[in-house]
Amino acid sequence: MADAQLIEGHPEFPSRPLSVRSKYKRARLGGLQRSEFVWAVSFIIPYAAVFLAFVAYPVVYGLWLGHSPALYAELLSEPIYQRTVVNTVLYVVIGVNLKLFGALLLSGLFMRRGWWVKGLLLIFVLPWAMPALPAFISIHWMLNSEWGLLNNFLWNVFGVEGPGWLDTSRWLALGAVIVSHIWKWMPFWTVILLAGRMAIPQELYEAAEMDGATGLKRFVHITFPLLANLYLICTLLSTVFTLGDFNAVYFVSGGGPALSTHVLATLGIRNAFEIARPDLGMAAVMSALPLMIPLVMVLMRKMRTTEVQL
Amino acid sequence: MRSVRQRRPNYRLRRNLAEAAALAVGIAVLIWTLVPIYNIVSVALEPHGDVFTNDIWPAKPSLESFWIVMTQGHWYLEYFWEQFRNSLYIGAATVVLTLLIGSLTSFSIGRMRIRHGWLVSNAALLTYLIPASFLAIPFYRIMHIYGLSNNVWSVIAAEVTFATPYAIFIFQQYAVSIPIELDEAARIDGASPLQVYFHIYLPLMMPALVAVGTYALLLAWNEYLYQFLLLSSKQSMTVPVALAQFLNSDESPWNYMMATAIVYALPPIAIYYAFRRRMTAGLALGGVKG
Repeated sequence: MADAQLIEGHPEFPSRPLSVRSKYKRARLGGLQRSEFVWAVSFIIPYAAVFLAFVAYPVVYGLWLGHSPALYAELLSEPIYQRTVVNTVLYVVIGVNLKLFGALLLSGLFMRRGWWVKGLLLIFVLPWAMPALPAFISIHWMLNSEWGLLNNFLWNVFGVEGPGWLDTSRWLALGAVIVSHIWKWMPFWTVILLAGRMAIPQELYEAAEMDGATGLKRFVHITFPLLANLYLICTLLSTVFTLGDFNAVYFVSGGGPALSTHVLATLGIRNAFEIARPDLGMAAVMSALPLMIPLVMVLMRKMRTTEVQL
Repeated sequence: MRSVRQRRPNYRLRRNLAEAAALAVGIAVLIWTLVPIYNIVSVALEPHGDVFTNDIWPAKPSLESFWIVMTQGHWYLEYFWEQFRNSLYIGAATVVLTLLIGSLTSFSIGRMRIRHGWLVSNAALLTYLIPASFLAIPFYRIMHIYGLSNNVWSVIAAEVTFATPYAIFIFQQYAVSIPIELDEAARIDGASPLQVYFHIYLPLMMPALVAVGTYALLLAWNEYLYQFLLLSSKQSMTVPVALAQFLNSDESPWNYMMATAIVYALPPIAIYYAFRRRMTAGLALGGVKG
């Protein structure tokens, strides 16, 4: 062992092929922990730097911007903000649940065999594959009351004068936003739930069929119990993502008519950049924290502890 | 015998009915999916001036709008190719930095088992769960403090910030399938951690690198809010920001806008379909498993 150490110490040694002797030495000494630690730390430094400079600092800065209680009093007294809170709740609750329930049902459709199902899946994921901006701009123009495709279609085919989808009624515009959001994001969740369904062993279904369970029974007694945890995580995750969704509202309704369809994410940006009140914008965003914090805590627990079968 | 004969036609009928019902749902899904896409394409094919009509398909389809986009023939499209290049540049830089930072971090936490590594992965998980739009206001201010306003690097920083948490998860999940004995054997043979990272870790992580690289590229290419807030001059902005600028005018040339939208959407769609299998495997892992 002694000469192994000596040879190791030679400057020319590292260029030689790795020898059994150096193996013994390292295994026995095990004294490389310090240099290993230095390596490990230096590998983690880039991410630590990114996190501190671009996450921790903005978070602290944001909390500081929106810390004054007076801001919340100001927000609460604004009718725009009150409407925004209602919109956000509707957008998240209706959007997330319809989207995920639709995804759950459609993932069943895509479990079927046959060439047309495969082809349909390829087309069905197109809204997810394309960037949000072209999709939402297209829907915005499609719903134009005078020149949009939808009203043209209604007029040409049924002779009906369609309503101004985006510029007359708050509820029509909010509905359009929710439908657009579902259109864009349902494919993503369908693919996730499809992967979940595929992981369910086929034997379970065969056994159930022996016992006479088909159709709805199969779904209620096998598919859903086995997908329930995945479905719950998807719902929570989608709630967080939908709360932060800026593009659908911004490009489909633009918050209109008369600022009646804003959600917290778009109102925050509007306050900060259009009326130049970053503190008020940050307060609007931070008013989602009472909902966000428990959600994030549950999700972090779930995502760290449960092994979802995929 | 009798019961079988009775059941068979019944069973076949039910199966055909189920197939017919599935087909009906499939057609509805097809229409639902394609209507907005049909709308983009049909508006883009309108010759100039025909956008404001009551037709539901273009009377005289033409590729004129695409030609205008390619030749930058409208003042909204003055810097189209420069903006396209900015988008590409931001995408490429985001991919390289995300892969590098993400893989180094996951190597340190998962393979070298650095102390308190779980703190870092929790920080990353937390970042993954913070909606980007909620952080935009302070992020914008901080970029001014860093002296990066109207600089593509501020956008790259933003995209890397939001792509690395996902990268760290996927890498950590995937690395579990690579036996740690490989690293140990190499270490015993005298390889430095850097050598293990380059010669063992990275080659074996290739599928995860491809999945995350695709994800980062699409994230950077598709993202709008940060690019809009952080880039203000026409020469430094990216395609989505330029695209949204069309909306500011009352008399928008909608056909040029839709043609631009198609040119902008085609690369991510092509990449998506090319890497679809890997992407969905990765997304399923990252989106659900964490």
